[in-house]
Amino acid sequence: MGAMNVIVCVKQIPDPAAPGALDGATNTLKRDGKLILDESDGYGVEMALQLVDAAGGGEVSLVSMAPNGETSGLRTALAMGAAKGVLVSDPALQGSDALTTAKILAAAIQRLGGADLIIGATESSDGYTGTVPEQMAEILGLPSVTFAKKVSVEGGTLKVDRQTENGYDEVTCALPALISVTAGVVEPRYPSFKGIMAAKSKPVEEVTAADLGITPVGWAGAGQKISNVAQAEARQAGEIIEDDGESFGKIIGFLENLKVI
Amino acid sequence: MALNNIWVFAQASNGAPTSATLELLTKARSLSSNVVAIIGGDGASAGVLGEYGATKVYAINHGSTLPGVAIASALKSVIDGGETPDLIMFPQNYEGRDVMARLSVKIDKTVITNNVDISDSGDGVTVVTPIFGGNTLVSTTFTGAGPYLAAFRPKSFAAESAGGAAAAVTAIAVPDLGATGAANVTAVHVEETSGPKLDEADIVVSGGRGLGESPSYALIEELATLLKGAPGASRAIVDAGWVPYSYQVGQTGKVVKPTIYIAAGISGATQHMVGMKGSKNIIAINKDKEAPIFGVADLGIVGDVHKVLPQIIAALKGR
Repeated sequence: MGAMNVIVCVKQIPDPAAPGALDGATNTLKRDGKLILDESDGYGVEMALQLVDAAGGGEVSLVSMAPNGETSGLRTALAMGAAKGVLVSDPALQGSDALTTAKILAAAIQRLGGADLIIGATESSDGYTGTVPEQMAEILGLPSVTFAKKVSVEGGTLKVDRQTENGYDEVTCALPALISVTAGVVEPRYPSFKGIMAAKSKPVEEVTAADLGITPVGWAGAGQKISNVAQAEARQAGEIIEDDGESFGKIIGFLENLKVI
Repeated sequence: MALNNIWVFAQASNGAPTSATLELLTKARSLSSNVVAIIGGDGASAGVLGEYGATKVYAINHGSTLPGVAIASALKSVIDGGETPDLIMFPQNYEGRDVMARLSVKIDKTVITNNVDISDSGDGVTVVTPIFGGNTLVSTTFTGAGPYLAAFRPKSFAAESAGGAAAAVTAIAVPDLGATGAANVTAVHVEETSGPKLDEADIVVSGGRGLGESPSYALIEELATLLKGAPGASRAIVDAGWVPYSYQVGQTGKVVKPTIYIAAGISGATQHMVGMKGSKNIIAINKDKEAPIFGVADLGIVGDVHKVLPQIIAALKGR
């Protein structure tokens, strides 16, 4: 293959290091603060860059969806080496379910003219529904290979090692296609200083759901409503001790009490 | 609403239905008297599927095509033929998610995943999903007309035989998939493990980043063997390539509920906690006394796993 164009779906999420919170009015995850690139998506961006490099030409584009016009996560992926992005940003997207999200992202992919390969993560780190890539494949009429842990393109054919419950399957697939990649498929690069500077001037087109011709979105299109939020029964706090060199005896005693040794 | 017809996406391994399948069938038969098991292949497991509550089996032979698109297309043809299930239950795993996702687009219905419970109030069907590491339970009610698509985590329900007769098997053909059917399995690799299976073991010993480097994982395996348990791992060390994915405990790995869970060098990220919080007894060893894992531990040792694990191993060997 002389050139290969890849589109990566990236999600910008609240920093997972900060404790999550629900919006009191809607019971959805609060996403109003600073958003960062979901760590799970760094693997897809890196995979895309490596495949384009191996093909000897082409480019990596990004699609993302966020309620508040946030682009800092997209800039991270652009700094890694992606060429451009489309951000679907619209307050009406608040509360969108996975199916609506897939419709929006698929429309954004079509706005970019499609690609030889579409890459997503197996699931996001904040919502983790885990169905969006496969839903996009169906909307776009593409074959798909989910849970890819090793990916190459040989003679225009996609070759994937697909993770299974107790090992992996070797899968081949014609292009164009869609894959979801596991964390660890490749080691994401750190953006270089030059990459960070270059990312500032790379094009990110901002569009609304209506621009893509999609309605209804947000809660209106979700087909589900949150009826209750409750605290789970907390586990009783246990005994926590600082190791004094002899605390392994506590563990042995604990195991003896349960009659497992 | 009454649930007149429930479909359950069933899976089998070596001809025997998986435990997740039997759990879902048990729950389904408590919600409806018509339960259809959907299974890839030839329906050889119809005897056990019937025993646990399936009244019919739809067998879909997809050959070497990845099951997601093939099975979803076959189900769409059944729905187009006039049969409308009110609810379709899926296991929260690879194939379950893929079939569910493809079907949701074909019938334009929402999906709710990662559930641990379901109820039918008569006014609506509600599922329960744990978030924030299982500290908060969100109940979500489906709106509009079915079929409702819901995926459930393993071990959400207890599997109990109903003593039912073998279910009648109907073969459902896979329609022409066109371009979407291009993904084909060319070889299958099974990673062999010895000892009890991770998600069935009575004792699980798991290791994480706190082990420092890959060779230290041998301590986890040695302790697991001495206790006749199974070794497990956090996502961090699976991603780092120390152990295969099949060892992973957590949201994207196995859900375990053993009698004793020993977490060594694991801080307790949400992703890990949702896979092991249901354990009856939890022992944690970690250097950082602020680690979240201590919030769920019955016995917590603030210490170095490189010192404590060898001491436990020596003590057990000396008995």
